[in-house]
Amino acid sequence: MSAVPDEGTTPEPARPVLAARSATADLALVSTFAAFIAVCAILPAIVLPGMAVPITLQTFGVMLAGLVLGPRRGTLAVLLYLAVGLAGLPIFAGGTGGLAVLGKPSLGYLLAFPLAAALAGYVMTRLSSVRRSLLPLGAFAAATLASLLLIHPLGISVMGARLGLSPAEAITAGATFLPGDVIKNALAAVVATAVFRAFPDLLRARR
Amino acid sequence: MRRRRAQGPRRPPWTGPLGLFHAGSSWLHRVGPGPKVAGLGVLGIAVVALTGVVTTLALALVTVATAVSARLPLRSTTRAVLPVLLTAATVGAYQVWQRGPAVGLEVGLDLVTLVLAATVVTATTRADELLDALVRGLGPLRRVGLRPEVLAMAIGLMLRAVPGLLQTATEVREAARARGLERDPRATLAPAAVRAVARARSTGEALAARGVGD
Repeated sequence: MSAVPDEGTTPEPARPVLAARSATADLALVSTFAAFIAVCAILPAIVLPGMAVPITLQTFGVMLAGLVLGPRRGTLAVLLYLAVGLAGLPIFAGGTGGLAVLGKPSLGYLLAFPLAAALAGYVMTRLSSVRRSLLPLGAFAAATLASLLLIHPLGISVMGARLGLSPAEAITAGATFLPGDVIKNALAAVVATAVFRAFPDLLRARR
Repeated sequence: MRRRRAQGPRRPPWTGPLGLFHAGSSWLHRVGPGPKVAGLGVLGIAVVALTGVVTTLALALVTVATAVSARLPLRSTTRAVLPVLLTAATVGAYQVWQRGPAVGLEVGLDLVTLVLAATVVTATTRADELLDALVRGLGPLRRVGLRPEVLAMAIGLMLRAVPGLLQTATEVREAARARGLERDPRATLAPAAVRAVARARSTGEALAARGVGD
């Protein structure tokens, strides 16, 4: 793939260090990332050649929140996103929303999101002192760990229980999301690295 | 901005602060959000805990009767429930074939019952009332350090950020298209994410300058 020029990714000039670590700055980061996940979920899906299922970016936004904000703030951002979506704003994948998602077989995936953001953020924090050239790889590992340990197991078991499927049937049905997830995690890793390059303090001051 | 207007009045995916709510005056519209959500919770437990064809049918009938009494527009309700109707039909048919008609009926109907009930609650409750109820309900958490007014503030900040971030996403996508990179997600997503963080930073500074959150 060709190199992407970096203009447009320059941060705002003159950021006082003072505000960077306050509770107010955290509040702004958490609510902005909750909105970012919402925007990712309602943007038109990306259709990649050779892929059966079009990719919505909902899980990408969740993973990015965890990677960029760390376990505590990342989890809060995802919880805020879920609360506002459950309250009836159409910000879940495909422009859905409201309490109806609680009855759908895909509930387990939503329940796993805050946990996945926490795990991805935690692993990323542990890897934050890694060499800069290895950052994308570390971020990809953190996101992949979260989706393999949390999103898919939880999503598949809830779907299996709600639809009365045997474990083997449920896993077969859930596996269709795996290829898209690999792409989304790779994207989240690349984008998180770009954010860390623009705002290095997000990687240094992690809570 | 000007470009979007030139394309004609297309409804944005962001449909405004009322979301999936439909104004009305039925009894369900007048009941407060708390009892409705509690009722939905009870129904959810009942649907999962009670098995058997008779109870499944009874719960489905009660839910349909409630939905009819809310007098919601038929089209939007159908549009909300249609995807899950298809899922229920597919999985129900599969279960009839694999495990017999009783299991198939129960799995399919349970799914439709829950989604229909939740759709009705969402359509008869304003999103801001539901969020207010959530903020009130989290009041007891004050003792463990979570202040409800901070949550209310976060909800407001998030809702305010969505249109701005959507516009950023559109701008970034157009910039990438101008460079012939619109198929490259890195050229569209990375700048959008960096600008979201920059926006959060300036929001944080604006709040701190006004003494909010101390």
